[in-house]
Amino acid sequence: MNLITRYLSLHVQEFAGAFGRALHQPFGSLMTISVIAIALALPSGLKVMVNNARVLSGSWETAVDFTVYLEMSVDDESARTLARNIEARDDVSRVALVNRTDALADFRAYSGFGEALDVLEENPLPHALVVRPNGGAQGNVAALARELDAMDETALVQLDTEWVERLRSILELARRFVDIATVLLSLAVVVVIGNTIRLEINNRRNEIEVIKLVGGSNGYVRRPFLYLGFCYGLAGGIVAAVTIGVGLSLISYPARSLAQLYDSGYRLVGLSVEQTALLLGSGAVLGWAGAVIATARHLHRIETT
Amino acid sequence: MIRFENVRKRYPAGKEALSGVSFSLEKGEMAFLTGPSGAGKSTLLKLVALIERPTRGTVLVGNQNTSRIPRRRIPHFRRRIGIVFQDHKLLDDRTVFDNVALPLLIASLRHRELERRVRAALDQVGLLEYEKSSPLSLSIGEQQRVGIARAVASRPELVIADEPTGNLDPELSLNIMQLFERFNKVGVTLLIATHDLELIDKLDHRRLCLDQGKVVNKPQLNTDC
Ligand SMILES: Nc1ncnc2c1ncn2[C@@H]1O[C@H](COP(=O)(O)OP(=O)(O)O)[C@@H](O)[C@H]1O
Ligand SMILES: [Mg+2]
Repeated sequence: MNLITRYLSLHVQEFAGAFGRALHQPFGSLMTISVIAIALALPSGLKVMVNNARVLSGSWETAVDFTVYLEMSVDDESARTLARNIEARDDVSRVALVNRTDALADFRAYSGFGEALDVLEENPLPHALVVRPNGGAQGNVAALARELDAMDETALVQLDTEWVERLRSILELARRFVDIATVLLSLAVVVVIGNTIRLEINNRRNEIEVIKLVGGSNGYVRRPFLYLGFCYGLAGGIVAAVTIGVGLSLISYPARSLAQLYDSGYRLVGLSVEQTALLLGSGAVLGWAGAVIATARHLHRIETT
Repeated sequence: MIRFENVRKRYPAGKEALSGVSFSLEKGEMAFLTGPSGAGKSTLLKLVALIERPTRGTVLVGNQNTSRIPRRRIPHFRRRIGIVFQDHKLLDDRTVFDNVALPLLIASLRHRELERRVRAALDQVGLLEYEKSSPLSLSIGEQQRVGIARAVASRPELVIADEPTGNLDPELSLNIMQLFERFNKVGVTLLIATHDLELIDKLDHRRLCLDQGKVVNKPQLNTDC
């Protein structure tokens, strides 16, 4: 027990020492921390944006309308009844009946095939119902589509989700891009911290020499530099998390009013507790790694002379 | 305490600094290592502290063959030796106390024991009241005494010093040497390199004379021994 507390208190002392020395050169330390914060905030920020777009695209899909084309045999009266019945369902918010006569008139007016249609003796278009599902889980929407498809009067259910799919694949691409950016920027953090530690080693060459002369092991000499790298990474992570938080709160108000315009309760999704912990943790680990590499490469060069 | 057996040292980029040195220093002895500049005094001390390795021959320190000490054990080995440098090698951004405490911190001494030993060492060199000062605020003589306090703080059996009075005037130099004598009286073995012959003439200790990398037993009139 005693040994453990002694060990811990020694480490706390060294930790405090590493921090204290970083504060000795506030400008240089701030520069390093900002660069690390930017490198960490970029991928995290992009990830948050992609996440938001995915949540948003999810909410769009549930708001998508179906078009239910009825059999040619269904007459006006039955179509109207069917529309009312469907609209009465819990999972449906609105049903609009597109009458085959109106549809033909529209088609004639807008398609430019008016004369071609004159050749036909009968209206080739069926009645159609435009069904707007209630916003809800995506599973319900698929179930609703299946049920509508199973009705005798139904010829075809068309779910116009192609554009959502397209958006999805674009988002998937964006996610890949963010993953690659994350790897590259993580490397950048390691390099930046490694370089800072290298400069620090050079600055304290004299001290390192003396410590080695009075019996300091390589591990002893290395430790404060590892702590320094850890602290830089952690501090960069904290600044990155704060930056993302501030950025999100700046755009959250306009985003909400935009969502209200579209009649959507959509809210911006920020960093979760786990994501914040991950951000800080990876900052610290990357800082540590940078210090490990820098000390391995530069410390042994300083031999006592 | 120290035994050299036909030790040679050739630096990679240079001539031979030691060419066949044999001598031994008994436990509790105090000896001056003399000789003109370039004779190999610093090199000899570096071999004792394992700052350099001999090219040939055997260096024994405290009955231990230093060639058997692997690199990673060198720090541990050095903790048993006190080293005093001509330029004292104090850390200017730490207090006098922290400078003297450094070897004890490295040896992870208990806090109370560490404080006790640092104060005792500072007391022995007469600088107890300066423990909170920066080394920069002290005179050169005082700085050298802090360096000595650091070397003896961990109570080593052996202390080596390379020109510890090189930067000091005669009076301060004598003062430093008398300090070493006091440590010798309580059993510390000392090997002190110096070329200040006037100074060591005033003190009655064994001399080990080096010239051109060799131990000279009967110094010629024209050498500096
Ligand atoms: N690191 C080194 N590399 C090459 N030659 C050295 C080195 N250190 C010392 N020498 C040479 O070794 C010889 C002995 O030097 P040194 O031991 O410093 O003598 P002293 O301390 O007696 O003046 C000198 O010729 C010096 O130039
Ligand atoms: Mg010398």
